[in-house]
Amino acid sequence: MGNVFVLAEHRQGALRDITFEMLRVAPNVAKELGGEVNVLLLGYNAEAMAERIAGYGVKVLVVDDPLFENFNADKYQQALSKLIDTCKPSLVMVGQTAQGVDMAPALAVEKNLPFVSDIIGLTVEDGTLKATRQIYSGKVNAQIAFKPADTYLVTVRESAFEAPDASVAGLVEKIDSPIKEDLDYRKFVEYIEAEVGDVDITQSEILVGIGRGLKEEKNLPVVQELAKAIKADLCGSRAAVDAGWLPHDRQVGTSGKAVKPKLYLALGISGAFQHIAGIKGAKTVVAINKDPEAPIFAVAHYAIVDDLFKIAPKLAEKLKELKG
Amino acid sequence: MKIFVCIKYVPDTSEAVVKVNAEGTAVDSSRFSFDINDADNYAVEESVQIKEKYTGTVTVLSIGPKESEVMIRMAMAKGCDNAVRVEDARIAAFDPLLLAKVLAGAIKGQEFDLVLTGCMAADDGQMATGVALAEELGVAHAAMVKKVEILEGKVKAYRELEGGLMEVVEVALPAVLTIQTGINEPRYAPIRGIREAQKKELKVVGLDDLGVAAGDVDASASRIVVEKLYLPEVVSSAEFIEGEPEQKAEKLASILVKGGLV
Ligand SMILES: Cc1cc2nc3c(=O)[nH]c(=O)nc-3n(C[C@H](O)[C@H](O)[C@H](O)COP(=O)(O)OP(=O)(O)OC[C@H]3O[C@@H](n4cnc5c(N)ncnc54)[C@H](O)[C@@H]3O)c2cc1C
Ligand SMILES: Nc1ncnc2c1ncn2[C@@H]1O[C@H](COP(=O)(O)O)[C@@H](O)[C@H]1O
Repeated sequence: MGNVFVLAEHRQGALRDITFEMLRVAPNVAKELGGEVNVLLLGYNAEAMAERIAGYGVKVLVVDDPLFENFNADKYQQALSKLIDTCKPSLVMVGQTAQGVDMAPALAVEKNLPFVSDIIGLTVEDGTLKATRQIYSGKVNAQIAFKPADTYLVTVRESAFEAPDASVAGLVEKIDSPIKEDLDYRKFVEYIEAEVGDVDITQSEILVGIGRGLKEEKNLPVVQELAKAIKADLCGSRAAVDAGWLPHDRQVGTSGKAVKPKLYLALGISGAFQHIAGIKGAKTVVAINKDPEAPIFAVAHYAIVDDLFKIAPKLAEKLKELKG
Repeated sequence: MKIFVCIKYVPDTSEAVVKVNAEGTAVDSSRFSFDINDADNYAVEESVQIKEKYTGTVTVLSIGPKESEVMIRMAMAKGCDNAVRVEDARIAAFDPLLLAKVLAGAIKGQEFDLVLTGCMAADDGQMATGVALAEELGVAHAAMVKKVEILEGKVKAYRELEGGLMEVVEVALPAVLTIQTGINEPRYAPIRGIREAQKKELKVVGLDDLGVAAGDVDASASRIVVEKLYLPEVVSSAEFIEGEPEQKAEKLASILVKGGLV
């Protein structure tokens, strides 16, 4: 039986959390499938990263080569394709991240691998590998079974699993780069840092977050008034930013910012996991949403099921009164 | 520029009560309202903008039911030139790799420079179809693109990574790009466009027309089985504040003030 391959993810010289989160489930699945966990690290000057991963009691296979200085989906795919041929892993785990989604589906097609994306659960039952994923923005779960195969492929949702603690020292093994040449059809050019705005919402004490539920830009005064009453900064979901109601640096979530205010007031935000990932650090979350089933309520401390346009103005008025 | 844009007709479940049947095999979608997938709306706008800049044609491609033709006509009203709708009950729609195979079947054999898809369909959230499609077509790709610059024989794609960092890559044309929301400002369809769209060609085809073998894209071809759908257990420890709207606001205000939260 083959081993479980976990693809390490790194960017600008730093490992990303998803690498370790996958190590929460990989050992169990490896045991059930009859192998061990191998973390595959494709990088350049990657020694320190490799050592850090090995600290989680796993074997790290390192390709240390200038070809892997920066992420390139096609190089990753070629390397994995070759390694699947030579090492015959039973399962390959990749993050459902901007890197993972750019590579894994193509690998699945190329190697004809049974593939489930964006998983939040993975078990082996009577020899059958099963994954859990969500549909309809988290309103429904699906349990999916893999048909028997030599190698399976999954992409794992970020923050779905808690990284285990580092344990005993594992092993680092250098392997030759499976690919020898640079590609001409895809080239990495550069990184461009996110713009910095007037307010750094990662430092805000109180945040009023708005979502698509605000409906129109002309309704902004309703929430601005509330924000003013409690000296809060305004931020929002991706939907609010895409609509042009707020600048990009006010976006909260995986592709925006992770915030850690004392109080986060979410108005008309459904609570997609990409948004929730950004408010994990909030001490108190208050959600106002007219849908009683909105996922945001699962992370809220105080909840109001109602129309935000009925609540927000009154809330602002009352807060002004109480605070004098 | 010859461009294909893949769009999906998806339910808006953000405010809907979602129910699963007792067998756990299907979601009751009878009361959902459907429309174009959010990211695909941006892909349509991007394709039309590229066409307006470089001339060419944009073909809409969608696998979906007859009702979705309203959405397809709307894309044509915004400037897409023609459309192909694929409908075939044999397609295993739960498997993005097979959807990609069908989409590839509808494109193969024709010349193209670009295929745009959304980066994610809001209903199944796979984020897989576009990249799988590129592999099926044997062309380059870039996923989660938030800015596009067409260069000589290649495209400069700005990929949005976590935290808003952009990764700029150059990929050779023809290519598949999966478009992220916020890349542009989708236009409203002009009245004249809506009228003209009625006259544009909308071909409806099945697997046999595409020359795609049903056995390659049906449930038997899938390497996975959807065993069960179920509602996740929502464990909310939130204190739900009850009453008339005014009372709720008042109660919340006093909780916030008394708790020293504001
Ligand atoms: C790669 C990727 C990265 C992403 N990154 C992020 C990210 O960083 N941050 C982020 O937020 N999203 C992100 N998203 C998008 C995410 O999946 C959701 O689409 C988005 O969070 C939805 O925003 P929303 O909650 O404002 O809108 P919706 O999901 O449409 O929800 C609107 C809510 O408003 C409620 N509502 C409507 N009217 C009212 C009313 N009058 N009063 C009260 N409530 C009302 C509805 O019940 C609903 O719950 C990302 C998606 C992808 C694919
Ligand atoms: N049935 C379909 N018809 C046309 N395009 C589709 C279909 N399903 C998915 N797509 C395209 O693939 C993208 C990603 O979908 P998904 O991989 O399901 O998240 C969507 O945004 C669409 O552009």
